[in-house]
Amino acid sequence: MSILNNKLFRDIVSQLIVVIGLVFFIWTITSNLQHNVDSRGITTGFDFFAHTAGFGISESPIFYDDESTYFRAFLVGVSNTLIVSAVGIFFATIIGLIVGIARLSKNFIVSKLALAYIEFFRNIPLLLQILFWYNVVLATLPNPRGSIELIFNSFLNNRGLYVPKALFENGFLIIFIAIILAIIISIFISKRAKHKFEETGKETTVYPAILAVMIGLPLLAYNLSGGGLSFDNPHLQGFNFKGGMNFSPEFLALSFALSVYTASLIAEAIRSGIESVPTGQKEAAASLGLNSFKSLKLVVLPQAIRIAVPPIIGQYLNLIKNSSLATAIGYPDIVTVFSGTVLNQTGQAIEIIAVTMGVYLTISLSVSVLLNIVNKKLEIKGR
Amino acid sequence: MAVYNIKQAKPAPIKNSGIIYWMKENLFSTPVDIIQSLIVISFLIWSITGFLDWAVFNATFSGSIKTDAVGTGANWIFIKEKIGMFTYGFYPENQLYRINIVFSLFFVTVILFKYVANTLKQRIFIFLAYPVISFFLISGGYFGLETVSTDKWGGLLLTLVIASVGITLSIPFGIMLAFGRQSKLPIIKNLSVLYIEFIRAVPLITMLFMGSVLLPLFFQEGVELDKLLRALIVITMVESAFISEAVRGGLQAITRGQYEAADSLGLGYWQKMILVILPQALKVAIPNIVGISIELFKDTSLVMIIGLFDLLSMVHLTSNDSNWLGMETEGYVFVTFVYFIFCYGMSKYSMILEDRFNTNNR
Repeated sequence: MSILNNKLFRDIVSQLIVVIGLVFFIWTITSNLQHNVDSRGITTGFDFFAHTAGFGISESPIFYDDESTYFRAFLVGVSNTLIVSAVGIFFATIIGLIVGIARLSKNFIVSKLALAYIEFFRNIPLLLQILFWYNVVLATLPNPRGSIELIFNSFLNNRGLYVPKALFENGFLIIFIAIILAIIISIFISKRAKHKFEETGKETTVYPAILAVMIGLPLLAYNLSGGGLSFDNPHLQGFNFKGGMNFSPEFLALSFALSVYTASLIAEAIRSGIESVPTGQKEAAASLGLNSFKSLKLVVLPQAIRIAVPPIIGQYLNLIKNSSLATAIGYPDIVTVFSGTVLNQTGQAIEIIAVTMGVYLTISLSVSVLLNIVNKKLEIKGR
Repeated sequence: MAVYNIKQAKPAPIKNSGIIYWMKENLFSTPVDIIQSLIVISFLIWSITGFLDWAVFNATFSGSIKTDAVGTGANWIFIKEKIGMFTYGFYPENQLYRINIVFSLFFVTVILFKYVANTLKQRIFIFLAYPVISFFLISGGYFGLETVSTDKWGGLLLTLVIASVGITLSIPFGIMLAFGRQSKLPIIKNLSVLYIEFIRAVPLITMLFMGSVLLPLFFQEGVELDKLLRALIVITMVESAFISEAVRGGLQAITRGQYEAADSLGLGYWQKMILVILPQALKVAIPNIVGISIELFKDTSLVMIIGLFDLLSMVHLTSNDSNWLGMETEGYVFVTFVYFIFCYGMSKYSMILEDRFNTNNR
């Protein structure tokens, strides 16, 4: 037998060819890169991080001004990305849950409306949705003088949403402790009820007690401490609002579009999760005498969650990646601030693109680690 | 002697058909149901009448300039006047027939592919001939056709060019990557995994930025890369990774017995993969591939951020025309409608495909 027909030989040779090709490719690219960088006089290295940025950023959760360094600007971008993603994930989950359950409703028109929602929003580019909310809906709102007044002293106008700002004073510590205490007591109550159920088979309704504790304790603490919490209400002064908290139109449009779009995909995941539970399971639950709520809570949902949670976490990751579309409307996220303004000022494309990708890689890796943990938890426990 | 009591006739069974029964059963069966239905119905009436008032009843359809608008609703004259921009971008007006030929050739190709071609070879030939002919027709420069540079391509034309080139090129690359990931050779396998996971973790927009800023630096000095070409390279790189995951799903659905049977027939690796494994794997993977193609079609709108004039960017461009200021709403609604038609059509088509390929349950 010739050596050409030897499997081991062929495996090694084919991999060698790939490696040599790759090395040659990388070598060509880097030498071209080196040449281009030299001939165009582009500076390299990460020194620029310590230089003064000298440009303003419209909104930043951490302290930032014209004197701050590029590294500070980078941190502002990352935190803005994380904030808008967190808000998006929160609302996308709520809307997605509502739409997903509505999709399975026995009521014909409710289920068809949910279907229309899903099909409409997931078949339109997200960028188009962001631009629509930003350029058409939010831009045509009245100016601050004619603001739309919402509940709780909030105002909506073409400069964004103004809501009262919570001011924490010393007494707030007591309220905070009360909330923690309420959560601990609630967990204790439900643990004891579960224990009692397993011992005697008798069920106790725990929800009224938990509700009473969760609302009662903080309320009691609020009264005792003499109000550790006050609100700074926004009010019209001259041509603009003063005080309160302002959410910019960019933030509103981006987080709203992200939530609405991702909700349509989460709703589909929830629907397919619940539908994947065989009818036999529901029938078995019914024949055991469980009512429809209990059959949902004890039989259907635990099985549906196993199917639905991995794709939902995947959608969370997509949402974080999609938040990079912020750059189209100028919300100062990592791409706008770092790959946009900083890149234009320093011209160090290689480092900046690499760092930006590194940020997203880190986020993605963390999400997949989370996904693996969740999958382990949800796995059917073997005996 | 037995006494016979005449029994009362039973009442007629409750009618369980007809629209009234259906509504009772599906809309108004319980109090909660009734409340839900009423809320949804009133919401629907409010929103649909509101939209129709704007889009149809109070809208203007005829005229040629902005001030011809009569109603308070939509001004569709804008779309009518700018439809050329939305479809062809800045493509020279006297050359538009070339694009129209490409559009109509598409339907000819579909008919040839479905009804005329009999053998696989003919089908592959038709499948490959269409893009080549289209390319020469659109870009010109040969056969006496005037060259039209890519910065003149725009609107729906550009969106379709990017989407179709992206999809057609990323399918073979995606299959190769999927083979690589399933391979037993450690170097090839790990390189494929690295590539796929890296691409999937990074947003498309940063990849496009990389394409427009870094890609020129990777080539020798003097090589001028067209902006569209850079976008196409990046989109193909990204979509291949996504397609490969769909193909991998299909490959994993193939049982070991198929591989072993192919091996025992004495087929080599490529014969085995192409003749035995791939046809079965693609059958499973095609619905997902169509799903990814829909995503790609939507994602083509991102090229607007790196300065290409696709369908979405036309809204901004046309409504900045000093004769047509403030027409953004109409533009966005129109573009939404076009995107929806394409994406929804593709998703319905994938459902048909799924049914057709579902040979297991026959």
